[in-house]
Amino acid sequence: MIWQLDLILLVFTVACAIGALVIKDLLGSVIMLGAFSLFMCLLWIEMGAVDVAFTEASVGAGITTVFFVIAVFKTERRSKD
Amino acid sequence: MIHEQESIVIKTVARLLVPFIQLFALYVIMHGHSSPGGGFQGGVILAASFILLSIAYGLDEVKRRFSIKALTVLTSAGVFLYAGTGVLCLLLGENFLDYGVLPVVEPRGMGMLAIEIGVGITVMAAMVSIFHDLLDFE
Repeated sequence: MIWQLDLILLVFTVACAIGALVIKDLLGSVIMLGAFSLFMCLLWIEMGAVDVAFTEASVGAGITTVFFVIAVFKTERRSKD
Repeated sequence: MIHEQESIVIKTVARLLVPFIQLFALYVIMHGHSSPGGGFQGGVILAASFILLSIAYGLDEVKRRFSIKALTVLTSAGVFLYAGTGVLCLLLGENFLDYGVLPVVEPRGMGMLAIEIGVGITVMAAMVSIFHDLLDFE
């Protein structure tokens, strides 16, 4: 555990989460969610939970991004609110 | 929604990458009991390789090789392998999923391996069929 690295990764994770919430373009929001998963995965690795990080990388950044992109294309790209 | 791509770059890169992704997925499943990874992660990576293939070559090409019926059978077969290993231990006179009594060399490792393979097959088939259903939904 290096607390400086921990802090930097945590700041990036929170920034990606806020970005995914505020972006109006839903496709961009999905990509921000993928970036959030990537930083979450790095955070898990840094804290020593390699198995959880593996699941986060394969499911969070891989499969759910594909599913969300398909869902965005099937509905509409602009968010109303 | 997804049709065959014109781009030769995407097709060539997908064709070159897919065998390595699948080999890595099998490695993750096989080493699940002694290192990070396991049936779930390996199954997801295996499903990602088929999703990459259907993005590059079109959904119809993948469906021709890997029908919906085969996916349904595989989803059930993985669960059957998992439960079958457990019931086999039960029939040999121990508790459910107590691998120690299996009549093979290194029974605990082999029992865990059978479980991981079952989980991997089920997760792969379920993910690919969710992907197909999402694309076919109108």
